[in-house]
Amino acid sequence: MSRKPFVREVSKTGWYLKHPRYMRYMSREVTCIPIGAFALLLVCAVERLSQGQQAWDAFTAALKGPWSFLGMAVILAFATYNATNWFNVTPKAMPVQTGEEFLDGKYIVGAHYAVWAVATLVVLFFAGVL
Amino acid sequence: MAKSNKPIFWSLFAAGGTLAAFLAPVLALLFLMLSLGHAPDLLSYAKLHAFAAHWFGKLFLLGVITLFLWHAAHRLRVTFFDFGLRKDSLVAIVVYLVAGIGTIVTALALLRI
Repeated sequence: MSRKPFVREVSKTGWYLKHPRYMRYMSREVTCIPIGAFALLLVCAVERLSQGQQAWDAFTAALKGPWSFLGMAVILAFATYNATNWFNVTPKAMPVQTGEEFLDGKYIVGAHYAVWAVATLVVLFFAGVL
Repeated sequence: MAKSNKPIFWSLFAAGGTLAAFLAPVLALLFLMLSLGHAPDLLSYAKLHAFAAHWFGKLFLLGVITLFLWHAAHRLRVTFFDFGLRKDSLVAIVVYLVAGIGTIVTALALLRI
């Protein structure tokens, strides 16, 4: 009987460095940090908006500048990365069956990208950017 | 059948992720413009206050902000575990508590507008 059972050594803190697939998994997971920070910023925004014009103007003034730009650029980059990853797995998350066959994944992904484009344009138009 | 609260948090995660995929980039873009000093019209006090004063605006803001929060909270819980912090019960309480407080603060602020 074996007295030396094989124990595979797995680092709890660095396991994802072993394989590019794990790295890609972690890169998707960490998008929650900038998105969560953005959500908290939006909570502050609504709170400040409810306090009146002076509070809101001070809030938006504080958000101007290079550091804020850097933060927003990071949030925008991670949010876009999350969006593309999210849409690219939709055929696996919700396959569409038509008769015996499954609808080709590219139509499901394409439909999501189309809705994304429309939603983006609608928000930009409503915000007065377009 | 064993009871689990996982479906609740997971569905909030999935709904929030979908909403974030569609809307987070463009909303971040609006704030990016603000940081550059080219604030979109919507982010002026008058426009945004009018939007938030309407019931649709309230519902939109509450839905977007809280689902972003619960999406990030659930994913952050898993991410902490993956980075080696194995105190899942404690992490879960903290992240869901922050999301819960954020939800309440947002709802109360919107009701005041």
